[in-house]
Amino acid sequence: MKAQIDIPGKPARQIYSIKRRKTWSKILVNYELYLLLLPALIYFVVFSYIPMYGVLIAFKDFIATEGILGSPWVGFKHFETFFHSFQFWSLIKNTLGLSTFQLIIGFPLPIMLALMLNQVRSEKYKRFVQTVVYAPHFISIVVLVGMISVFFSDNGLVNNLITIFGGKPISFMAQPEWFQPLYIGSGVWQETGWAAVIYLAALAGVSPELHEAAIMDGANKWQRILHIDIPAIMPTAVILLVLSVGNIMNIGFEKAYLLQTPLNQPTAEIIPTYVYKLGLQQAQYSLATAVGLFNAVINIILLIAVNKFAKKLSGQSLW
Amino acid sequence: MSKEDRIFDIFNILLIVIISLLVIYPLYFIVIASISDPNLIYSGKVWFFPKEITFEGYERIFRDSKIWIGYKNSIIYTVIGTIVNVALTLMAAYALSRKDLYGRNALMFVLMFTMFFSGGLIPTYLVVKDLGLLNTMWAMILPKAVAVWNVIVAKSFFENTIPNELLEAAKIEGCSNTKFFMKIVLPLSKPIVAVMVLFYAVGNWNSYFDALIYLNNENLYPLQLILRNILIQNEAATQMVRDVGSLAAQQRISELIKYGVIIIASVPLLIVYPFVQKYFVKGVMIGGVKG
Repeated sequence: MKAQIDIPGKPARQIYSIKRRKTWSKILVNYELYLLLLPALIYFVVFSYIPMYGVLIAFKDFIATEGILGSPWVGFKHFETFFHSFQFWSLIKNTLGLSTFQLIIGFPLPIMLALMLNQVRSEKYKRFVQTVVYAPHFISIVVLVGMISVFFSDNGLVNNLITIFGGKPISFMAQPEWFQPLYIGSGVWQETGWAAVIYLAALAGVSPELHEAAIMDGANKWQRILHIDIPAIMPTAVILLVLSVGNIMNIGFEKAYLLQTPLNQPTAEIIPTYVYKLGLQQAQYSLATAVGLFNAVINIILLIAVNKFAKKLSGQSLW
Repeated sequence: MSKEDRIFDIFNILLIVIISLLVIYPLYFIVIASISDPNLIYSGKVWFFPKEITFEGYERIFRDSKIWIGYKNSIIYTVIGTIVNVALTLMAAYALSRKDLYGRNALMFVLMFTMFFSGGLIPTYLVVKDLGLLNTMWAMILPKAVAVWNVIVAKSFFENTIPNELLEAAKIEGCSNTKFFMKIVLPLSKPIVAVMVLFYAVGNWNSYFDALIYLNNENLYPLQLILRNILIQNEAATQMVRDVGSLAAQQRISELIKYGVIIIASVPLLIVYPFVQKYFVKGVMIGGVKG
């Protein structure tokens, strides 16, 4: 077969493939491309698809020595255990609450920032501001939470500020009602600037003629933002909204886990952190997998539903 | 310019200045706090400039071996990890960017599907465990060898920048696919290589989660995990201040150490960031075009 491929020039190969029209020849002609793809494909099979098969242990009582196949089936036992556990509703409430608030607050802000930056005429000044507001994006979660814990400690910057203005110090890290504001506020601080990049790109694509024509018609800046800029970034915004709503149950483990203290558990425990503790700290592999699967299924249903809805409403969709 | 527009501009600039200050001040405060007298920070006397400058925090950090082991590990994981990441991503992205790749859509689906559904934490952990990767360097590299999103970004870059005529011409010359990729595509794709290197390198440098679940040998810990112990769990910091007399003084100096550690951990990024910022933005834009 190799001889076929090594014939120099394309025509010979084309004739060959037209004659035989066999799948094999189409593949062999580009066998090198498959070799290029192979390492990544192996990666996805091993670290994505085998774990998907491993999800089976959610329906089994996993025994390490028996392996996934050998462990006995138990049907929906672990799901029932989770649904009936006393933490079930508080986990759902915390997870959904955290991500919903994050979406409501975090989604519009980058759009506003992009619209504002787009109105700055001095390129130099604009670039400087962009450099500043993008910077926090590159700080690691560990450092971010470290900053939160020094700023919001009992004698930290924030409490010193509160005392100056005559208020009473607050133990932010120890009070459950402060978990969500800290989580979301720090997220806004870290990601708003970076999230604006994509909208700025969309705004840069708006034809200047539109604005010139609008100015001729006497439109002021505010009107031009409303009627030119916002419609221009709508398609991007819809796609990003679909993605974030579809990922609403996928809220990151990393920050929530670090922000947890023994005292703020009532609001800080969310499904991903619960799965981690259950699975890796208490070694309840099957139950933890069931909880994770429940989360993933809700997520995918949401994503499909939101995507359909957006398609109907605005013609924008992910696929 | 109309009066309304002038008012708009004033408000706009004012608001942007306030936003920039809100973003920059916490970062600036960390810098000045790391070299100020901890007693003055504690009593809220440090606001805009460092006071009673002291380098005690940094001295204690430099004396601690754990941080430097972490630093070394992080550099190793970041360098090797990024090489693996970028090589696999670009190879896969180029293959998938070729319209004559038979089964292209199906293969693309195989990749995309993993963005929306995954086996989850425990099944992934079990795979890593069964492969014998726990407590090895490879647990930091292999489980996140390729990010689908980056493959999509690189793929759309190749689709938009490598003209089909070039491939046709090379084929007539008898150039093989591999040779074409190495000798022609890659040299033409320096911007996307830069973007990928930066995206992956920052991700690798900043990640702590894989280390948390796959490693329990302190000598393998990356910097971020050491930082977590110092910053959030207060573990290592108390070890660094054992010689200090009173408990209150210990607490204050460990705060000082925390500020210093934040700076030391962020230094590599802070140094390169202004120079490479434009590549990051470029990466987001290439991805954004295709959405």
